[in-house]
Amino acid sequence: MSFLEYNVKTMPSGIRKVLYLNWPLILLLTAVAGFGFLMLYSVAGGSGTPWAEAQMKRFVLGLVVMFAIAMIPIWLWRNLSVVAYLGSLVLLLAVEFFGAVGMGAQRWIDLGFMRLQPSELTKITLVMILAAYYDALPLNRTSRPLWVIIPVVLILIPTYLVLRQPDLGTALLLMIGGGAVMFLAGVHWAYFVAVLTSGIAVVTAVFKSRGTDWQLLKDYQFRRIDTFLDPANDPLGAGYHITQAKIALGSGGWTGRGFMQGTQSRLNFLPEKHTDFIFTTLAEEFGFVGAFSLLGLYALIILFCISSALANRDRFASILTLGIATTFFLFFAVNMSMVMGLAPVVGVPLPLVSYGGSAMLVLMAAFGLVQSAHIHRPR
Amino acid sequence: MKRPTKNTAAGQRTMSRRALILGGAQVGFMGLLAMRMRYMQVEEADKFRLLAEENRVNIRLIPPARGEIFDRNGKPIAVNDPAYRITLTREDAGDVDTILSRLQSLINLDDEELERVRTELKRTQPFLPVTVADQVPWSEVTKIAVNAPALPGVTPEVGLTRSYPQGSDLAHVVGYVGPVSDYDLEKIEAPDQLLFIPRFQLGKVGIEAKLEDDLRGQAGARRVEVNHVGREMRELDRREGQQGRDLQLTIDHTLQNYVQARLEGESAAAIVMDVRNGDLLAISSAPSFDPNLFVRGISVSDYRALTENKYRPLAAKAVQGIYPPGSTFKMVVALAGLEAGVIGPEDTYYCPGHLTVAGRRFHCWKRVGHGHMNLEGSLRESCDVYYYELALELGIAKITDMARRLGLGDRIDLPMSAVASGLTPTKAWKREARGEEWVIGDTVNSAIGQGFVLASPLQLAVMTARIATGNAVTPRLIKKIDGIEQPVNQGESIGLNENHLRQVRKAMYSVSNNRKGTAYSSRIIAEDLRMAGKTGTSQVRNITAKERAAGVRSNADLPWERRDHALFVDFAPYDDPQIAVAVVIEHGGGGSSAAAPVARDITLQALYGGEPPLDAYPTKDRNRIREQQKKLREYRPAAQTQSKSRA
Repeated sequence: MSFLEYNVKTMPSGIRKVLYLNWPLILLLTAVAGFGFLMLYSVAGGSGTPWAEAQMKRFVLGLVVMFAIAMIPIWLWRNLSVVAYLGSLVLLLAVEFFGAVGMGAQRWIDLGFMRLQPSELTKITLVMILAAYYDALPLNRTSRPLWVIIPVVLILIPTYLVLRQPDLGTALLLMIGGGAVMFLAGVHWAYFVAVLTSGIAVVTAVFKSRGTDWQLLKDYQFRRIDTFLDPANDPLGAGYHITQAKIALGSGGWTGRGFMQGTQSRLNFLPEKHTDFIFTTLAEEFGFVGAFSLLGLYALIILFCISSALANRDRFASILTLGIATTFFLFFAVNMSMVMGLAPVVGVPLPLVSYGGSAMLVLMAAFGLVQSAHIHRPR
Repeated sequence: MKRPTKNTAAGQRTMSRRALILGGAQVGFMGLLAMRMRYMQVEEADKFRLLAEENRVNIRLIPPARGEIFDRNGKPIAVNDPAYRITLTREDAGDVDTILSRLQSLINLDDEELERVRTELKRTQPFLPVTVADQVPWSEVTKIAVNAPALPGVTPEVGLTRSYPQGSDLAHVVGYVGPVSDYDLEKIEAPDQLLFIPRFQLGKVGIEAKLEDDLRGQAGARRVEVNHVGREMRELDRREGQQGRDLQLTIDHTLQNYVQARLEGESAAAIVMDVRNGDLLAISSAPSFDPNLFVRGISVSDYRALTENKYRPLAAKAVQGIYPPGSTFKMVVALAGLEAGVIGPEDTYYCPGHLTVAGRRFHCWKRVGHGHMNLEGSLRESCDVYYYELALELGIAKITDMARRLGLGDRIDLPMSAVASGLTPTKAWKREARGEEWVIGDTVNSAIGQGFVLASPLQLAVMTARIATGNAVTPRLIKKIDGIEQPVNQGESIGLNENHLRQVRKAMYSVSNNRKGTAYSSRIIAEDLRMAGKTGTSQVRNITAKERAAGVRSNADLPWERRDHALFVDFAPYDDPQIAVAVVIEHGGGGSSAAAPVARDITLQALYGGEPPLDAYPTKDRNRIREQQKKLREYRPAAQTQSKSRA
């Protein structure tokens, strides 16, 4: 297909584009954000300040950004991919030099009206550049080694910069997200099998080396890994967070303790209760029903994205939509696993629910791209 | 705007397949999350609910009021007084330094103390109060109350602290309390949670320590909801504790106070006991100390003054001091002789002033000898040779046996600290303890209460009471616990021939009522109150042959530590015994000159239940006694007017 095959006549234009938005997806996003407002209101002790109101304003701003991005044709975004990617790399480097230090890591740049976390932005720009790359690459070259190395380098550059901050969680998400895009683009199975196998082999070797003459890591590094993998080893440090989170989650029961009745969060036992651990408050106050509902909403968002991508015959649009869906999935899957004690504690927020400006805006912008792809799909 | 697109059919197919695989994996993982959620929130909900509850709810102890102690007439001996302390809460104070300097201008606070408060404030959570001053007098509390508006965050808190209104009178009996120490906690196997409350007062010595469990009571508890740093959010419920049990002692404080005053100036001990039921009316050790000092935390200099005093004020000599009973032991030997049938009351021994046994010469206190002595004469004049002879015929086993029946050599069960068991020696004991064989000289020494024989004043009083009644009188110190009368050990008969007992009592009567008696000068004139007693003078050193040759020096010439102990035991009235008294004056000299007058005064005081009239005393002593009574009245601390009568 060429551009000429696009049926420009049937392509919505002007204000009519609003009618062609993926409205169910917007409703789903609003519902998820609504959960966030409720929980932020609750953890502030029944008050709109300091979190819920600010979060609402950001969500509205996010919606505006999403609409704006959605109105712009997807091919324009494809052409801007390289610029966006390079821009986010520059910002990452800027963090390196001018970034403020928060929670022991350099993560954001103060723009005056908001704090920008370039690592959040990178999650999306990386997906964009990879989608654009595979859109441009002839299909028969997809699995050729040289053409596989290029996207790998594209992934590793921002990953390295993020790791230096240091932000292990985001770095892992970038790698997995990038890998997922490569997988979707049709890179040969063998590469993934090889990477996974060698990864497992390295990890096994490191652990097997413990206590032998050829030990690959220092003892204290092993101890750090131990704590990372099993926080219960350190009940007052990292373990305290995860223990309290599990208690809050588990004590919710079927229907929860009721709105604003969660003792764990109200009495401050929960750490980071308005950001990374907000899911525990939800689970404590609304129980399994509430937590499962949120998970259901997330699942629907993923499914709507997948169906939108599959219906789209534009390669860039499809890969981008699926990549964003996967990134979104990784956010909440890692966050939920973390608070449920299934994964080590890495700082990953619950998308659209956790308090935080950068993540919210970047996600809404990403869904703007999804909307743009949806509106401007070839018909 | 050229837009080449590479979306071939093949590419589309691959991507759809892979998108479905990836989507499937994602949905699968979400299913896993949902299952985990269900497991935690439904299957294990109870467990986590419990944990959340434990998190949220804190138990705060309410210390119970300690049981109070009263004398037999309901006079307070140990009470709980309100104690004020000044606390400061950083959160409410704002500018801590200003507040502290204002406080310093109002109440007595030295800079060192202030420094401690500052560091403590920095360490503590801002919402928790820090004690600035403890045991603050009421006058300073009022100053703070008046200036309250200028002192935000400063709160006077009222608590209870132990106080002993009778001061030093019963220090040795009741003991004292003090803050729980690590050492205390080590000794206790499963310490009560209460003991971990800072500054919690625990019985350290005496009744306070021995009856700690009764006095302490049960902690109450408040269940409070706390947040993650332990700040109290609200009280959920409250269970009141149980106050400690009040004790009533058998001690008569009025008498105790008199005895304490009478012993003042000596290193001495005295016991007054009701022979009819074993009630201990006075247990006195002199000098004494103020237990209130220990409650507040005694200063180093005060403590050193107490420990370095050669009169040993901290020792409860009445129960833990053990002395050779000297001649007061002769009743034991006499009764043993009568019971064994070795002597009759009128059988005599001849006293030439000394007796040579196994090549060693044992002297009678009277160098010229007593001549022929029968039982009554030997006790009255305290002839030593009579008892040497009698003991040689009896053997040590019969003497020891009698001593035990009369209450010597066994630890008496009293709720006081370090109650001594004394010693009634046997051959087996010497072999074991000394690794030496018993020699005949040991028996001779034991006959006059010297050598290895040791007894506490308490045991001597018990011995006297048993002789006076013929019953196994057992002392009782606690009259009531929580208003419940404690069992009186009426005492079975000790199984001695009443006739023999009567002979010994008669002899004791003549000690203080016969002109020749060793305690005649300390007799009681009042017909119906006459006492029967026995003097004792126990050596604390061996008189060397050289000394004897140079002529025995009188006690007054010797340094205090080497003078004889003076002892006296008595019961009264002779016709109808009510009380038994034992007095020991350490290094006091002779029993008849030093101990007997004290015992007589105490006896009269006890029988009258107050100051006796002068006509109870011998005529020529009355002027002196009047002076003495006046002096003692002045000396004795004013009796407490406040009397919480609970008896």
